[in-house]
Amino acid sequence: MATWPILSVTTFLPLVGALFILLLRGEDEAVKRNARWVALWTTVITFVISIFLVTGFDKGNPGFQFVEDHPWLGGSIRYKMGVDGISLPFVILITFLMPIAIIAGWHAIEKRVKEYLVLFLLLETLMVGTFSALDIVLFYVFFEGGLIPMFLIIGVWGGARRVYASFKFFLYTLAGSVLMLLAIMAMYFQAGTTDIVKLLTYGFPRGMQTWLWLAFLASFAVKLPMWPVHTWLPDAHVEAPTAGSVILAAVLLKMGGYGFLRFSLPMFPHASELFAPMMFFLSVVAIIYTSLVALMQEDIKKLIAYSSVAHMGFVTLGIFTFSNEGVQAGVFQMVSHGIVSGALFLCVGVVYDRMHTREIAAYGGLVNRMPIYAAVFMVFTLANVGLPGTSGFVGELLALLAAFKANTWVAVFATTGVILSAAYALWLYRRVVFGALEKDSLKSITDLNGREIVILAPLVILTILFGFWPAPVLDMSASAVANLVAQTKAALAPAKAALLGVQ
Amino acid sequence: MTLTSLMPVLPELVVIVGAMALLMLGVFKGEDSTPLVEAGALLVLAVTLVLIVMQPAAPVEMFGGSIVVDAFSRFFKVLILIGAAAALIMSAPFWSNHKLNRFEFSIVVLLSVAGMMVMVSARDLISLYLGIELMSLSLYVIAAIDRENLRSTEAGLKYFVLGALSSGMLLYGASLIYGFTGTISFAGIAAAAKSPSIGLIFGIVFLFAGLAFKVSAVPFHMWTPDVYEGAPTPVTAFFAAAPKVAAMALFARVAITSFPAIALQWQQIVVFIAIASMVLGAFAAIGQRNIKRLMAYSSIGHVGYALVGLAPGTATGVSGVLIYMSIYLAMTLGTFACIIAMRRDGGQVEEIDQLAGLARTQPAMAFVLAALLFSLAGIPPLAGFFAKFYVFLAAVEGKFYTLAVIGVLASVVGAYYYLRIVKIIYIDEPVARFLPMPKPVAAVLFLSGAFTILFFVYPAPLVAAANAAAKSLF
Repeated sequence: MATWPILSVTTFLPLVGALFILLLRGEDEAVKRNARWVALWTTVITFVISIFLVTGFDKGNPGFQFVEDHPWLGGSIRYKMGVDGISLPFVILITFLMPIAIIAGWHAIEKRVKEYLVLFLLLETLMVGTFSALDIVLFYVFFEGGLIPMFLIIGVWGGARRVYASFKFFLYTLAGSVLMLLAIMAMYFQAGTTDIVKLLTYGFPRGMQTWLWLAFLASFAVKLPMWPVHTWLPDAHVEAPTAGSVILAAVLLKMGGYGFLRFSLPMFPHASELFAPMMFFLSVVAIIYTSLVALMQEDIKKLIAYSSVAHMGFVTLGIFTFSNEGVQAGVFQMVSHGIVSGALFLCVGVVYDRMHTREIAAYGGLVNRMPIYAAVFMVFTLANVGLPGTSGFVGELLALLAAFKANTWVAVFATTGVILSAAYALWLYRRVVFGALEKDSLKSITDLNGREIVILAPLVILTILFGFWPAPVLDMSASAVANLVAQTKAALAPAKAALLGVQ
Repeated sequence: MTLTSLMPVLPELVVIVGAMALLMLGVFKGEDSTPLVEAGALLVLAVTLVLIVMQPAAPVEMFGGSIVVDAFSRFFKVLILIGAAAALIMSAPFWSNHKLNRFEFSIVVLLSVAGMMVMVSARDLISLYLGIELMSLSLYVIAAIDRENLRSTEAGLKYFVLGALSSGMLLYGASLIYGFTGTISFAGIAAAAKSPSIGLIFGIVFLFAGLAFKVSAVPFHMWTPDVYEGAPTPVTAFFAAAPKVAAMALFARVAITSFPAIALQWQQIVVFIAIASMVLGAFAAIGQRNIKRLMAYSSIGHVGYALVGLAPGTATGVSGVLIYMSIYLAMTLGTFACIIAMRRDGGQVEEIDQLAGLARTQPAMAFVLAALLFSLAGIPPLAGFFAKFYVFLAAVEGKFYTLAVIGVLASVVGAYYYLRIVKIIYIDEPVARFLPMPKPVAAVLFLSGAFTILFFVYPAPLVAAANAAAKSLF
């Protein structure tokens, strides 16, 4: 085990980089250039450090590792950090995607570069902190703090309707979260601690679980987002700058799913069981309804945004089956969607940087001038569809398997979502990439340049690698997931036995 | 009584004697002495602060129990002194820019500080009233200190008339309470008021109405927007900070120590005015164009949140109020430092739209102001979040769930108007630059910004101090 606080270093190193950028002075162009390089190096070094988390991680241990514990707010509210097999994949996902996000905005962001990079680095700190906090108040601070940089990123560097989108994003998410805050306080008084490790085994009274579960749902459902509180997402995605969309889709949405896994399921098992049918229903509606909505979109980013909602439906579907496969599917689907949807937004960014429009109708026949782009976009489109051999397949298959065991009808309806996803994703691909290159404006469009290949190549490799060999992620989370499922089932067992006894 | 037995009230004596000495200095030397008097006033405040910090921790009663020096009063005295000193520091450049050399300002501030210090130490109805009146009369005067300005005189007059009305109510309530309990000391009232009688309830209602006026809680808030807008900006900064903190301290002490047995009765009042203040503060601020008016509604909202902490009547709650008021003080002073710095060649500007594009013209000021606004909205990891956290913690502990839910939802609505300012600062196209910020104002802004942003790094000392101070009421 490492003796240095590796998790805190991973969390706060980006903040150090941000301070460094703030202090840069000099002529404008030089500052911009230096700020970009500082941000890139900071994120790369953070990624390298986070690799130590993987190498030092004991896969057989279902508990929390790399734990750090210091007094903070006084009382039992402490600065406690640690990761287990469920949170570690997300930490790595963040540190891996951040350099890519920084490079994605290298030339696209020309105004106020310094502030832009500072906000991204701040966001990285808050995101890593969210996934590694082991104190529920600390978790909330990181979770909610992420709103500030994202609000500004969308609001300042976004598209035409950016102000509307940023306000909607901020207020929606805040409204969901404050109720969770009250639930956290109620848990504190009930259990006398805010330590997540202790809360996991506390066992809240059943009546209380219902309310707490609903309060947490308010926050996570908005964040994930679930139908019908997903409407902020298309707006935020469409208006955000490319890198903002990438981070939003790849990481911020995952906080909702992670929240279900970390809090709702193990801490409130009875309420989770009680509401599981509702969650199935909402998931299925999300999968089918948002897929249909995606079919009708004329804006590329909006289409991908709606498809994200549908994919998150598979995550909740898997999680609330309370089975090993289902929860594993949830984790894997989130990681895979993080890579794939992030990459899709990058692909949109590539053509947006050249043409400055996201209208599907403005494109067509790109394959003629952009063969590499067409190939790359194809990989991610197929992964989005869930074609075998891509990472998208594994998560969806596992989720559907688990759902099939839990409830056949749910699985049947959810499977239609897979077909619909093929419809909208392939149709999008056809309209943008195939066909004759007729539009004059597209006649001089250029293929991927070196910078774009550098950021897309690792994502292509991972998408295909995880499609054939998902073991790295599944193994990492296996024991933590097994532990979580076993605990949840154990908590539910006495109730079931009692019920049978009565009958 | 020997001189040494006056030691516990030495800080108050220093302030009063200092004010008198500076008054004489000012009168003999005329208007030119303004900077000197101000420096003297700051020195007095600094000496007082040192004296208070050095006082022994054990509570001491004075003057037959009408004044008490305990951890609670010392905590608030420190806040009051910081608030007054910051307002004084920020006011100097403002006065010289506006050719308003009135040495009386510093002296009247000192006198009001003396009044506030009596308020937070008061342990009977007489000293409560004396403290409030000394403070209020001083405030009426400085609201109208720009006496050639119509708005300033209007603010002063309005404040005086409404303030006198509220003092009347407060006095009426105090006499009813005295009539039905037969004593004026808080401890005596607590012992006598074992069951709620109609007369006593009336007394409490009137007393609380008077106090609600002083903290500007709904429905006694009407004066706030007009006075905040009309008074010169440094005066508004002072109004928003120290007197509010002092009045909240008095409110907490009266409610907790005088009526513990009939808590159920006064809690209803506090819950009502807390909800009304939070909701009105959140909604009414949305339409404001003038930043001082907006801050007035914002302060009404914040008083509502602080009262959420008072409602359960527990030590956790009082400690929450203390933490809330400390953080509120820092945020308010910083925000007003920015408002004072909103100055162009044509003079002071107060429209929110004038902040447009500040992030590009003056990035440092914009950064701190945005942090303060996010903090006022209660977004972690900034200090304002922890303020709200502790009061809502108390509300949840006391099982005031409805209050807590309404409160957090109001904070979401409130977040909207703070965000609107952030949007104007960061997203809108810049208008002209402001004049460079005067050094003293920048210093206040820097300190309050640093406190607000870095509070989460090491929050334990304030929390521990607030807990210790809250315990002395129970």
